[in-house]
Amino acid sequence: MLCTTSNGMDNSLILQLMTGSLIGLGAGYVGSFMVLRRMSLVGDALSHVALPGIAISLLININPFFGAFIALFLAILGIWFLEKRTELPSETLVGIFFTLSLALGLLLTPEPELMEALFGNISKITTLDLIITAGLVSVTIIVLRRISEGLMLGIISKELAQAIKIPIHKINFIFLILVAFIVALGLKVAGTLLMGSLVIMPAAAARNTSLSLSQYSRWSTLFGVLSAIGGILAARYFGIEPGPTIVLTAGVIFVLTLFFKHK
Amino acid sequence: MDSNAILTVKNLNVSFDGDHILRDLDFSVSKGDVLAIVGPNGAGKSVLFRTLLGLIPYSGEIEWIKDLKISYVPQKFSIDRELPLSTEEFLKFKKKSMADIVNVLKSVGIGSEHKNDSDHYMKHVKQHVLNQRLGWLSGGQLQRVLIAWALLDDPDVLLFDEPTAGIDVGGEETIYNLLKKLHGERNLTMLLISHDLNIVYKYANNVLCINKEMICYGVPATVLDPTSLAKLYGGEAGFYQHDHHGSR
Repeated sequence: MLCTTSNGMDNSLILQLMTGSLIGLGAGYVGSFMVLRRMSLVGDALSHVALPGIAISLLININPFFGAFIALFLAILGIWFLEKRTELPSETLVGIFFTLSLALGLLLTPEPELMEALFGNISKITTLDLIITAGLVSVTIIVLRRISEGLMLGIISKELAQAIKIPIHKINFIFLILVAFIVALGLKVAGTLLMGSLVIMPAAAARNTSLSLSQYSRWSTLFGVLSAIGGILAARYFGIEPGPTIVLTAGVIFVLTLFFKHK
Repeated sequence: MDSNAILTVKNLNVSFDGDHILRDLDFSVSKGDVLAIVGPNGAGKSVLFRTLLGLIPYSGEIEWIKDLKISYVPQKFSIDRELPLSTEEFLKFKKKSMADIVNVLKSVGIGSEHKNDSDHYMKHVKQHVLNQRLGWLSGGQLQRVLIAWALLDDPDVLLFDEPTAGIDVGGEETIYNLLKKLHGERNLTMLLISHDLNIVYKYANNVLCINKEMICYGVPATVLDPTSLAKLYGGEAGFYQHDHHGSR
């Protein structure tokens, strides 16, 4: 199998690399603001929520993307509500609630699909997946660019943002929806256990190397794309699923950036 | 009311979940006034600012005259040293024009030692302020940048919550002198929250003391008498009264 040079093989690798890069791009960009908003833990655990969604989709025979997206959407609604209503760090609740949904998902997911749901299955990616990914990632990037100033000001000081009439709760909500899109899209590539870290790690690495917001966004998306490409190629080479290799690549990039950390 | 008034507040009440934060405030601000707002911690001073800005629901009357540009510098906040945001990017959130940004930085006294050599000035300010992370600026520099931010769209009124929190004593004086200078140059009306009564005497022409309700309002030298101070800062009340009795 590995030594065939048939068109089918090459096409599927190209398809995987393209879809993976797009997801890395979106994850890097969205993740850059997750990290700034001190939502690293949330981001990391958020993808677990998708599992019961996937399980239910499989049980009632609909596209798992939709089930995952709905589950993520509900989780995000919960986070948004908490953020809006309280100043409390939501971390404990997130830790409890997200892990519970993982447990629930593990019980509900039919055995044959479990590994796939947990770690992704990139070989199943189709041209349609690529098109959907390209569309949603483009939307995410365009929308996020438009709200990025408001998000950043909200991070510096909520009051400063509100005083110049930035609709901060609305912007936060839009942002969280974008996060749900990217995480749901990435499940096929990295799986529910690991997709969250693809959102967080490139951004954490980029923060080490950047003085300004524009540098930071550029580095974060670049690291996201590199993690996806590196991970997919490594997985292909070793004949394993790419979820773990993508995350490991992101981890290596993070460690390397520590040597370039400012001050 | 006063025909020069740009802000009239009548019977203002604010409560959160049944808790009265502000009760029956009445005051007005005229063009060019410097109004100091004093009171102990938790007196509702910052809440008053946010209410004046329309960020908090209230009952009563808050009336700004029309077409007034109001700028606000919230209470000192710390900016994470790790935050990847340059000072230039921060200021550009408010206004994109580089010329305006440089002008306003000059007027808040950033890089003042190179003021007369414009090439050198640009180089210095770019290197030490604009291209730096916002979180790396010193306390005094950050406060100046925040004032610059507030001035960028040429406001008529400046609301300033604790202008000198977190700045050392020498720096405090400088910031107030700067505010005084800007007040003169730009024909600004200013509302300042301060805990320092010396500053109030020195810079404000009116003072409003609140501790959830209005305790005094008027010219600082007249209204800040021992009785109202005692009422304002509950802790010292016993001391003042005691002293009073003893000396008579």
